[in-house]
Amino acid sequence: MPVALKNEAAVAGIGMTDFSKASGVSELSLAAQCVVAACDDAGLQTSEIDGLVSYTLDSSDEIEVARAVGAGDLSFFSKVNYGGGAAVGTIAQAAMAVATGQASTVVCYRAMNGRSGKRMGQGISGDIITSDLVHWSWYMTYGMLIPGSWIAIIANKYMHRYGVTREDLGRVAISQRNHALRNPRAWGYGKALTMEQYLASEPIAFPLCLYDFCQETDGGVAILVTSAERARDLRCKPAVIRGVTQAATGGQEQMTSFYRDELESLPEMEMAARRVYAQAGLGPDDIDAACLYDAFTSEVIMQLESFGFCDRGEGKELVREGALDIGGRLPNNTHGGLISEAYVHGMNNIAEGVRLIRGDSTGQPDKNVEHVLVSSGVGVPTGAIILGKD
Amino acid sequence: MANKDKLGIQRCTDCKALRHPPRPMCGECRSLEWDAVEASGNGTICSYTVLTHPRFPGYDYPLIIVLVDLAEGTRLTSQLVNCTPEEVDFELPVVMTIQQDADGFKLPVFQLAERA
Ligand SMILES: [Zn+2]
Repeated sequence: MPVALKNEAAVAGIGMTDFSKASGVSELSLAAQCVVAACDDAGLQTSEIDGLVSYTLDSSDEIEVARAVGAGDLSFFSKVNYGGGAAVGTIAQAAMAVATGQASTVVCYRAMNGRSGKRMGQGISGDIITSDLVHWSWYMTYGMLIPGSWIAIIANKYMHRYGVTREDLGRVAISQRNHALRNPRAWGYGKALTMEQYLASEPIAFPLCLYDFCQETDGGVAILVTSAERARDLRCKPAVIRGVTQAATGGQEQMTSFYRDELESLPEMEMAARRVYAQAGLGPDDIDAACLYDAFTSEVIMQLESFGFCDRGEGKELVREGALDIGGRLPNNTHGGLISEAYVHGMNNIAEGVRLIRGDSTGQPDKNVEHVLVSSGVGVPTGAIILGKD
Repeated sequence: MANKDKLGIQRCTDCKALRHPPRPMCGECRSLEWDAVEASGNGTICSYTVLTHPRFPGYDYPLIIVLVDLAEGTRLTSQLVNCTPEEVDFELPVVMTIQQDADGFKLPVFQLAERA
């Protein structure tokens, strides 16, 4: 009988550095700082760490981080591919390691100088020698160098088919900015955003404009995973992993899944939804709040449909009703998200999911939050997790 | 095939399935044998975007990027030339043309069929 992941593992600690536009330190320093902060949050020593997981895009290798923080001997180390699609995947791998006894204290981390260092969309130069670079050559040759240019192809088709307006995208951006106004960590803290400002913002990749894009951030976030049983005796209220999965589907490409019959949906996110709900024994009606991956505003609306909060084409209606706001049906990215808190590749959205379960988010809704849904990158091989109260 | 002023589509020699972007194995029948068929160059706009920022050297902005449904059944991303951002729309018929840059590098691009 295989081990089922439901209620086996929990998040016992979250840690983060300051979020800035110029950290002034190395990515390894950011990684080490956030890993230590996650251990402090859990009340554990760094010497108890026996597993580390990160993203293939992360420049700080597991053993470098282990040496920097004085971790113990490592029995599990791994990296997950596909940019922000790795976020929940790191937790999935940690939960599997914990549930199967491969490790007992696994820290997942993502640390990046995403503004002052290597920014997204700088293009590729040199010899094209990997399958990944061959893939990108079909797009970059034509000037599609930034992630927004790839997502815009999908967003435009989706908006055209279902009558989603620029104002609808603006509602997502403004809802998340309103959340960020309560969050001192957030880039958007103290910076109110109006619909007039939104509509007047600089066009970048039609139909996407400046405020449809996430931040570029220097910072690190770490998530400490251990067994649910052990987490119960640690410093913070555990956020129990009810279900967690990775997901990639037929015709999957890395942000350019342009060759499927239909561009106006997210099959990999629908797969993540099916699997994570089945594992948890829950459905959309059981989810009290969410942190849906938000590199772009359009992705949030599409995911409302993928995760079954409404039917196809009706995501815009939920947004118009204020469902994503703090008093709404599904308060979403209550820290401001990647758009208005920081872009730490989705790891900061997982940290917010944990806060919502603990009940100590700056954007804590005025209701019982029993279950929170968090997703990874959109349009890429991805994943989803449901966190629950112990 | 662009250097011969043609647009090629990869085809499995065994089951004849077309595929793009090119890959070494056919996902339908696992064959490693493939050739290329010449595309008619006719298609319609499946989706598009207009890029205005940031402006990378070597490209003309606003840059219209189209995802084309080729008549043969595969899709291809390319550039729409000889067209303004106000004129581009879904479903419009387009025709391929070969564009050569200052270095002699040839690329298949598209223009509106009514203009070709
Ligand atoms: Zn074949």
